[in-house]
Amino acid sequence: MAIKARHLRRNNNPLLAIKLPPLRSQIVMLILAMAFMSLAARAAYLQVMRGDYLQKEGGKRYERAIDLPASRGRIVDRNGSVLAASLPAHAVWAIPDQVDAPPEKLRALAKLLELPERDMARKLADEDRSFVYLKRQVDADVAAKIAALGISGIHQRNEYKRHYPEGETLAHVVGFTNVEDVGLEGIELSQQKQLGGLPGMRRVVKDGRGRIIEDLQAIREPRDGRDVSLSIDTRIQYLVHSALKDAVRANRAKAGAAVVLDAQSGEVLALSNWPSYNPNQRSKMNAAQIRNRALTDVFEPGSTMKPFTAALALDSGRYSAKSVIQTGPGRLVIGADSIGDAHALGPLTVEQVIQKSSNIGTAKMALSMSSREMWDMFIALGFGQSPDLGFPGAVAGRVRPYKKWKPIEQATMSYGHGVSVSLLQMARAYTVFARDGELIPVTMFKPDRPAIGTMVMKPQTAQAVRRMLELAAGPEGTAPQAQVEGYRVAGKTGTSRKQENGQYVKKYVSSFVGMAPASNPRVIVAVMIDEPSNGKYYAGEVAAPVFSRITGDSLRALRVNPDAPMVTLVMPSKGVDESF
Amino acid sequence: MGKFNVLLLALLVMCALGLVTSQDRQRKIFMSLERVQEQARHLDTQTAQLELEQSSLATSSLVDTKARRSLAMQPVTNERTLHLNVGSDIDRSVMQGSENKAKR
Repeated sequence: MAIKARHLRRNNNPLLAIKLPPLRSQIVMLILAMAFMSLAARAAYLQVMRGDYLQKEGGKRYERAIDLPASRGRIVDRNGSVLAASLPAHAVWAIPDQVDAPPEKLRALAKLLELPERDMARKLADEDRSFVYLKRQVDADVAAKIAALGISGIHQRNEYKRHYPEGETLAHVVGFTNVEDVGLEGIELSQQKQLGGLPGMRRVVKDGRGRIIEDLQAIREPRDGRDVSLSIDTRIQYLVHSALKDAVRANRAKAGAAVVLDAQSGEVLALSNWPSYNPNQRSKMNAAQIRNRALTDVFEPGSTMKPFTAALALDSGRYSAKSVIQTGPGRLVIGADSIGDAHALGPLTVEQVIQKSSNIGTAKMALSMSSREMWDMFIALGFGQSPDLGFPGAVAGRVRPYKKWKPIEQATMSYGHGVSVSLLQMARAYTVFARDGELIPVTMFKPDRPAIGTMVMKPQTAQAVRRMLELAAGPEGTAPQAQVEGYRVAGKTGTSRKQENGQYVKKYVSSFVGMAPASNPRVIVAVMIDEPSNGKYYAGEVAAPVFSRITGDSLRALRVNPDAPMVTLVMPSKGVDESF
Repeated sequence: MGKFNVLLLALLVMCALGLVTSQDRQRKIFMSLERVQEQARHLDTQTAQLELEQSSLATSSLVDTKARRSLAMQPVTNERTLHLNVGSDIDRSVMQGSENKAKR
């Protein structure tokens, strides 16, 4: 009934009864259809023709690329003590024309950055620049205080800062990096590939509150740098560094260097130079402080070369330890030149030649051999070649080709003049006496397998020379002050004049290379004091006491059993004057 | 036919709601993962900082200075060290001395 009633009502509506022309409705339909078609066409155009572009543009409005920084590897010593590590820091930068803050806030900023207010004002006054660093490598706590100031136009960027806890003690070994965390010196430079990390990146979607809600692409993971373990023992390094520093100051010397090698493995346990610098504060550093003299400076070794000549003479079978050599009145004429000893020593056995450090005795042994034999020995010992140490700047030294040697040159080379070596090369060469004739490579890193050496001389020869070195460091030798309570030591002094403009001048290099305990050497210690100027320059008085202190401290730190009775020896205050 | 369409519509709505819910859950889990990873990075940094601090405080130079200045200690040198060898006369006498003390 109700349906019927509605039907009736509609039919009765007078408006509906009006008959409209059909064209009108057709036109409206057409307009509507065209409007929909144009919408569809526009949608198709946006989706198909410009879809990629629009999607990219859309993405830009919610996607973010985030850099994933990689940290630089640490450098640790043989016991795992951290020698260099990177910590997050901040670079504080500004857009000068956007910086707008009251003067007291800018003063607070300058104070936090430890910058003079005038310098900072000058940086901020340059409004042509849209970017200026105020300070790099600001510590995280300071950066947080700067952020709390809320100065507009001041921004921060994450970066890393390198820290060196051992400071000047190990500066020459560890080196340092620049503000970009790239190695510039020492191990930091030589091991850049291993220490340096590779930063990663990820593209993410962030929501309205800035939270990451989705990764858009596969993450490129950052690769952190790998740690480097050194052979250095920081305890021994400190003892060596203190002893060297004291000696350079006491002798008013220009510089000094010292090396401690593990005679069993060839590892460098300590390598120190003075003057040094603090790698954490490098603003007042100069070139002399950076020089790693033990590796990069060469010097004429002087008498520390004599044991090798004696070893060659014994090894060739021409001499024995007890063979007598006439050193006569203390002068020997070779061609137009002559060489001499500090005193007339008369007839000496080969043992005594080394003990008393006679130039004439050594030269006579050398002249009985061919120049080729001597050159071969120098090369076999590693002189004239840079050591394969994996360290920047390690020098080769100089050994001239044997064909050009004159007899006087061969004679002077036998006692260390006319050849130049680095302190590390000399320390390494002494491994032949410590290891019964075997020369082993030296390393700054913790080795994963035992060192493989090469035999340079017969074991009996090396043992015989070691006995001679023990005599040289004894009461009758040139360096009684090298003695160490409780241990037998063997070593040789070397005093040489320096050359300036091709002429020998009255400036000296005093050195001592030795080993202990002599019964079964554990450490080889080499010390060099450059230009001592406090009245003493003989190595027996300048370098030998430093050797004694370093050796005693090192053996104690390594807990090596004493091999001599614990009786305080009454040593002469001064040994036999060394010839140089 | 009409009932079937209503059923399909209901299913469609349920699926759509399920999709929204799971996406929301995924984002929440992702955000908590992010938070935890950020914490891990922070802890790594703290570890590195503490290791560095430990090394800085344990440097031989610092220990040496503190021992000398604050504790008035002297370095142990070989001259001031008594080495005892097992079985030696000195060793036996020292051992007897300490035993006697113990008895008393």
